[in-house]
Amino acid sequence: MSNGKLTLDQVRHVSRLARLALDDQTLLRLTGELESILGYVEKINQADVAGVEPMAHALPLHNVFRDDVVTPSLPLERVLQNAAETDGPFFKVPKIIGGDEDSAG
Amino acid sequence: MQDTLIAARDAIRSKQISAVELTRQTLQRIEQCEPRVQAFNQVHADRALEQARAVDEGRRTGPLAGVTIALKDNLCTSFGLTTCSSRMLENFRAPYDATVVKRLDAAGAVFIGKTNLDEFAMGSSTENSAFKTTRNPWDIARVPGGSSGGSAAALAAGMCSASIGSDTGGSIRQPAALCGVVGLKPTYGRVSRYGLVAFASSLDQIGPFGRTVADAALLMNVIAGHDPKDSTSVPLAVPDYLAELEKPVEKLRIGIAREYDSAAGVDPQVLAAVNAAKNKFQELGAELVDVSLPHTEYGIAAYYIIAPCEASSNLARYDGVHFGHRTKEPVKDIVELFSKSRAEAFGPEVQRRIMIGSYALSSGYYDAFYVRALKIRALIRKDFDAAFEKCDVILSPTSPTPAFNAGEKTGDPLQMYLCDVFTVTCNIAGIAGLSLPCGFTSGDKPLPIGLQLLAPAFGEEKLLRIAHMYEFATDWNNRRPDP
Repeated sequence: MSNGKLTLDQVRHVSRLARLALDDQTLLRLTGELESILGYVEKINQADVAGVEPMAHALPLHNVFRDDVVTPSLPLERVLQNAAETDGPFFKVPKIIGGDEDSAG
Repeated sequence: MQDTLIAARDAIRSKQISAVELTRQTLQRIEQCEPRVQAFNQVHADRALEQARAVDEGRRTGPLAGVTIALKDNLCTSFGLTTCSSRMLENFRAPYDATVVKRLDAAGAVFIGKTNLDEFAMGSSTENSAFKTTRNPWDIARVPGGSSGGSAAALAAGMCSASIGSDTGGSIRQPAALCGVVGLKPTYGRVSRYGLVAFASSLDQIGPFGRTVADAALLMNVIAGHDPKDSTSVPLAVPDYLAELEKPVEKLRIGIAREYDSAAGVDPQVLAAVNAAKNKFQELGAELVDVSLPHTEYGIAAYYIIAPCEASSNLARYDGVHFGHRTKEPVKDIVELFSKSRAEAFGPEVQRRIMIGSYALSSGYYDAFYVRALKIRALIRKDFDAAFEKCDVILSPTSPTPAFNAGEKTGDPLQMYLCDVFTVTCNIAGIAGLSLPCGFTSGDKPLPIGLQLLAPAFGEEKLLRIAHMYEFATDWNNRRPDP
């Protein structure tokens, strides 16, 4: 599993995957904490799971279907009421595609 | 026993008290106790009085007409704020009511306020709230448990007739135990999760807190049942949990799991109270049956993989765009906007769990952590299925210790996680579990001790009857704290 010690670089990589812009001091603290927690959860390696099917949740449910009928949606103003920035019926965000020249426009 | 939910309902029905008067008394009690207990994120005084007036004028009716209910602040309400005790949702106004809130509303309940929790329900002490630390009404130096600590403390202190919480790994049962009230985690799928802010979707379940088992049963009558908006809510008929509550269970078999008996770190006073409860059940004619739950020792490890994995996915929605905190700092692109907004507004425990989940789900680790934990989940469920062939419920402590001091475990996340040893497997297996008072510690500030009863999936009716048998034969729920 974690094969020994976690490195600061590994934790920084995970923080990028998790979209958390953390400073080095926080990353260093998390490295120690994660090491201790991951060390504990490695206990699951001691269990014999040969031939066991993974169980994603407790209900014997697969797909739940309903009739394809249109029902009212939330009114637009309520959908937008918590957004930091809007423009008419849109959520407003900074540039998504990097570099001016390769912007698809 | 005038302060139970059922007594309040009856007093309003028989016009011994008006709904407005009950709401006023509740608000007075909040004024008196809240400065020390700190259970509420918001109190909706004017709105509650307006609802109570509607009850008195016959415009608001139903099985809960006029009783005061406190809601955990991770349940979406179209009124007030829904903050999850997080800076991320500090100003969030939910665009709709959770199904549970709708059902309580249709039943005539008066919503008194939204209660504090560990941020996004991640914690066992309510100390992870971004806003305030709720204290235990029995001893304000101590925590109320968590994550539904505000709902448990508000009820214990008499600041509502009953309350609602959510339980992902013990978050209803453990604070119920530490605050001396009854708390029920229903079977996964028994209560709609629509409008419950998601933490770990395969484990989360909404449930009631009551002063008595009957109070919890009455709330279950209102909140349980299928909801087309939550496709994991099961289309099974909802029994009347109150109707046969007083009918004792014949040939009752109480399961005693040897793995729980040998669990380390259980406080001797907790052990003594739980052993006395076993004897009480024997006096009531029950047979104690030895059962085995051999995969119990992997419960916390599996839980602290599955829950953070689901959390890291669920909490990806907080991006500073659609709702929630957005950074004020300049950003060069949208990824930086996400990353700065999330780093600024999620507290340390939430960040920790997102990091654990992101690590365990990342390439190269997925099978070793997540898939393996799901296999252990199947084994834990099998353990329970086999045990329930031999018994009706499984008895254990709810929490290994009574309420601990504020600050005692905040420095060591793993120690906090180990509080959940008796509660997490119930969520992992998706079965039902209840905590009720079974004693008090000695000393000048006696602390409540909780007894946990686990039951098979959709076995709430019998579970409540068994809990009621014990409650009726004891008087632990007659004591009240005076915070």
